[in-house]
Amino acid sequence: MMRHTISILLENESGALSRVAGLFSARGYNIESLSVAATDDPTLSRMTLVTRGNEQIIDQIKKQLNKLIEVVKIMDLAEHDSVERELLLVKVKAENSVEFETIKRVVDIYRARIIDSSKTTYTVEVTGDQGKVKAFLHAMESHNVMEVVRSGALGIARGMTALKL
Amino acid sequence: MELTGADIFVESLKAENVDTIFGYPGGAVLHIYDALEKDESGELTHILARHEQGALHAAEGYAKSTGKPGVALVTSGPGATNAVTGIADAYLDSVPLVVITGQVPLELIGNDAFQEVDIVGITRPCVKHNFLVKRVEDIAETIKKAFYIATTGRPGPVLVDIPKDITAQKAEFSYPEKVHIRSYNPVVVGEPQQIKDAVDLLLAAKKPVIYTGGGVILSNAANELTEFSRLLGYPVTNTLMGLGGYPASDKQFIGMLGMHGTYEANLTMNKSDLVVAIGARFDDRVTGNIEKFCPDAKIIHMDIDPSSISKNVFVDVPIVGEIKNILPALIDEIKARGTQPDADALAEWWKQIDEWRAMDCLKFEQDDKEIKAQYVVQKLWELTAGDAFVTSDVGQHQMWAAQYYSFDKPNRWINSGGLGTMGFGLPSAMGVQLAHPDETVACVTGDGSIQMCIQELATCTQYQLPIKVINLNNGYLGMVRQWQEFFYQKRYASSYMDALPDFVKLAEAYGHVGMRIEKPSDVEGALKEALALKDRLVFMDFITKKEGNVYPMIPAGAGQNEMILV
Repeated sequence: MMRHTISILLENESGALSRVAGLFSARGYNIESLSVAATDDPTLSRMTLVTRGNEQIIDQIKKQLNKLIEVVKIMDLAEHDSVERELLLVKVKAENSVEFETIKRVVDIYRARIIDSSKTTYTVEVTGDQGKVKAFLHAMESHNVMEVVRSGALGIARGMTALKL
Repeated sequence: MELTGADIFVESLKAENVDTIFGYPGGAVLHIYDALEKDESGELTHILARHEQGALHAAEGYAKSTGKPGVALVTSGPGATNAVTGIADAYLDSVPLVVITGQVPLELIGNDAFQEVDIVGITRPCVKHNFLVKRVEDIAETIKKAFYIATTGRPGPVLVDIPKDITAQKAEFSYPEKVHIRSYNPVVVGEPQQIKDAVDLLLAAKKPVIYTGGGVILSNAANELTEFSRLLGYPVTNTLMGLGGYPASDKQFIGMLGMHGTYEANLTMNKSDLVVAIGARFDDRVTGNIEKFCPDAKIIHMDIDPSSISKNVFVDVPIVGEIKNILPALIDEIKARGTQPDADALAEWWKQIDEWRAMDCLKFEQDDKEIKAQYVVQKLWELTAGDAFVTSDVGQHQMWAAQYYSFDKPNRWINSGGLGTMGFGLPSAMGVQLAHPDETVACVTGDGSIQMCIQELATCTQYQLPIKVINLNNGYLGMVRQWQEFFYQKRYASSYMDALPDFVKLAEAYGHVGMRIEKPSDVEGALKEALALKDRLVFMDFITKKEGNVYPMIPAGAGQNEMILV
């Protein structure tokens, strides 16, 4: 079961997202994460979808995606040199200054940022690949984590390769 | 000139050369029905079904028998949900349909308004595409796109949902001459290198078989298939949907394959060294246990839909494109090579196939006591010279029709293959008869299926459709009973129909001719009499053997070579 990050350019129309999501549930494919927003061309959305499957399943997923009328183009980033980033926001509760200090130390180690604080909380932003995000969450396990928000992965091919019209 | 949305809709259908619409009115489509009524061009005929499912199947019958898109018009809410079975049916059998649903006014969408349902959401997984029209200015272009998408590439149903207020608003009408959808460009011509690779395999094969499906018929490529097959001299088998794509009377034809296919077709597939799949999709009813499917064969697969390739079975040489374009390219390449297939190997192969054929797996004995369904279908075939349009419902009668009515021409066998929809037969026959008023149209059905859309007998009365209904009445949901006999120790759970109506009286109540045939010796005479009644619907209730089974049969999960023969 290989992990594949698939980038999808699709028409920025209502219903397009649910066609993609519906395809995955109807055919029993899994979605590990999904992230979508309009691009610099407002008629197009770009979706980054992370899924798992053997070669045959991934091949079907790509073909079925291409079959959707609103899907303009897709790229399997597993076939290219690519970079991937995910954004993580974590809100951690701290009881005293020692705890605040320990959290701050972990934040520095992971080159994360504290983007909000209150008398009893820190909100931390982490950007990185899946490994870093997971490791950070692991490091936070000994603390009192109140909330975790992940954006899902975003991916892009390296160099001159680009997914565009 | 400014027209209302409803008029734009009507003009758009005319611009698409639509001549028949199947539908059922209701609140959300009242403006459209009014526009249809006011249209004096005489170009459009609306056929009022008695249930939206009937309208949809009729549109399918029209489409399957003509190759033209079928058009259906229904109202919002229950009208739309009743249409869903027909839409799903068309989706699985790749039938080009344009289905227009009325919707509550735009401002009420999402309010749980009267007769509101999110039909675009409901049908998303069973349409090729669907649209919600939000501006009157978009109606014409959306209709154009709908027809374009439904009829190109792998055909399928396209739904257009139009809110009621949009159909009353006005806009300038001009119908677009063509339409471009940047994200939709079906591949139509086979890749030259793939054509060459396929011919390499074709000419090297020692035990080849040509396996063709509904794609040949949809691509209107029956002639090309015949030329291709005769050039090579290889055996040809058809799927249920592919029957008629190759003349059944031809000596190279080895019958239908799959769960109820012939012994020779399934064994030829199983022992082959090359499977040439043309417009077929390796459905589970064809392959049986996929692990045991054609163990020694290389596979060439031609299909318009890339996602059909290597979906169920790994393919060695895929060719994506229109079958109608691919086959001539293969023929040209074969001729250009100047090489012939291995004649000795082929003779040996045919010798083997003929031995399997000699099993005569479809043989049956008609005694003088109870009518066998097979006998009725065989007599129907004889008396119509194999040239009728035959629709069917779903179950044993469907398989018997497929096995015993040998089709020599495409588009004459109209059935629900993919979805397996009981209730398909009678309404689809209406669509066929309307498209072919002078042809014999027979609906081979059973006592279970016919009752699922029996109300369409009224539609047949209204439009004087002289369909011949062949009801193979065994009192059971026969296919369910057969499975219960084989796999559930004869526990016939809910498969016995204890309260059948008097079909003769029922037919008469609708204004048709009813006949009940109980003796084998009466079958031929009754069929002759019915077929001679050219202008009447005749409902023929054949009381047949109660516990007859469809043979051969490959049980679910078994291999192609593990058939039950009797």
